[in-house]
Amino acid sequence: MKEKDFRDNETLESFKKTGQGFLLTTIDDIIDWGRSNSIWPLTFATSCCGIEMMATGAPRHDFARFGIEVYRASPRQADLIVVAGTIVNKMAPVLKRLYDQMSEPKYVIAMGACAVSGGPFYYNCYHVVRGVDHVIPVDVYVPGCPPRPEALLYGIMQLQRKIKLATYSDQKKIQKVK
Amino acid sequence: MKEVIHTPVPSVEEEEYHINMGPQHPSTHGVLRLVVTLQGEIVMKLKPHCGYIHRGMEKMCEKDTYPQIIHLTDRMDYLSMHINNHAVCLLVENALQIEVPERVKYIRTIMDELCRIQSHQLWWASFGMDLGGLTCFFYGLRDREKILDIWEESTGARFLQSYYTPGGLMWDIHPDFQKHTKEFLKYFKKKIRDYEKILSGNVIFRERSRNIGLMTKEEAISYGVTGPSGRGSGWSCDVRKHHPYALYDKVEFKEILYQEGDTLARYMVRMDEMYESMHIIEQLIDNIPEGDFSAKMKAVIKLPAGEYYQRVESARGDLGIYCISDGNKTPYRMKFRTPSFSNLSILDHISRNLKIADLVAIGGSLDLVIPDIDR
Repeated sequence: MKEKDFRDNETLESFKKTGQGFLLTTIDDIIDWGRSNSIWPLTFATSCCGIEMMATGAPRHDFARFGIEVYRASPRQADLIVVAGTIVNKMAPVLKRLYDQMSEPKYVIAMGACAVSGGPFYYNCYHVVRGVDHVIPVDVYVPGCPPRPEALLYGIMQLQRKIKLATYSDQKKIQKVK
Repeated sequence: MKEVIHTPVPSVEEEEYHINMGPQHPSTHGVLRLVVTLQGEIVMKLKPHCGYIHRGMEKMCEKDTYPQIIHLTDRMDYLSMHINNHAVCLLVENALQIEVPERVKYIRTIMDELCRIQSHQLWWASFGMDLGGLTCFFYGLRDREKILDIWEESTGARFLQSYYTPGGLMWDIHPDFQKHTKEFLKYFKKKIRDYEKILSGNVIFRERSRNIGLMTKEEAISYGVTGPSGRGSGWSCDVRKHHPYALYDKVEFKEILYQEGDTLARYMVRMDEMYESMHIIEQLIDNIPEGDFSAKMKAVIKLPAGEYYQRVESARGDLGIYCISDGNKTPYRMKFRTPSFSNLSILDHISRNLKIADLVAIGGSLDLVIPDIDR
């Protein structure tokens, strides 16, 4: 995909690295390039979106093309947590713990309407966390119920661009401001 | 000198200890938490903890109208979404005594069976992956995409379609539906032989899954283990045979029964069911009659006051919906009797005195869908 085909370019532009020396910036660029092309996701799925995440990893869509090769079963080896599915109040502490167990740098994709905002369970409910960003900071939101694998791939590409643009310390600042 | 008191330290084999399997564990297929009491490597006791994906669907149904409930049942057991929808539609239609057009019945039966095939494909993929065969994952999901393509063409959505409405269907099927379904059947008949070669005929797999998780017919009945898991123990519990709905009384199909009751038998039931499902679709696909795709329904559906119960055979077993209506447009109470919940209840019984590694195989053979357990 070309740069102009992506959306939210202005938002990403605002994340751009700020004044650093030439050497540091170059090293950062190389590190970020490596990071963005070897994101390992955690095998974490709570409901329907997990099946679409599996389908994204399956031969038709195959997100190994983007370097997201290995699903890791342990959070300590994972870089990315794709929150695929509803997070209910009982699950929220567990999710927070999983996120805390992951080693830095770590990224979060909120996949599906439930993770973005509570989705179909937003109304008349006593049990659903209304958006996973109440619990952990989110980098990319992928709406849909459930999103198509193409949508998840697009979200992953946006995450890669975000990783390439901003250094990790900058991103933490961005998340805090939000 | 002070005397040293030695307290006897129990050896590892004697000491019982607990481990948590889940809520985040790749082989529980979701967020099921199993508190396993172990002695060494042997499972002594097992306690499932539910509720990590409790989405309160029964309570939500009390605020929703009947067409809205369809969208919730999609997300309950997301691998047999059409069949769940079918249960709600039949409940409303039987309560209002509406006769749906013949065309609807044909399409619904075909869609249900396609749904069963894709559910079993995904189960096969993940079951193989649990036991260490990653090829299964790729083969199963590759063939599943073909069914999703057929659905996408007709229903407009890929995965959760909410295609059925009370009284009929959301819209008519695509003109190419029959052609593509027949192409899929031709394709999958070849590919399912690969499935048989990779897992069913694999010595390692057969030895790994034979004689573990033994469940007798009496146990299956007393725990209410329905579906392929119950039929692997020889319990004839197919709702399609015993309480036929849609066109199941007109088509010819076998109810697959295995007597062994172990993990391998449950596996074989599902494999054979895929053949039976294809056989059912073959009988119907050429004879879809012309006609309306929906019966005439009122804009606001109100069930007459009373109690209703509707059973269907989902890919995991007997799905029952119990509904109390007080005459309003929303139900007074909805209760889902979901198959995975009952099937989970026997997990403790059949995995005792086995190795913890076998627990993964047994759990996989029961084909649990966790949001179906917690609703």
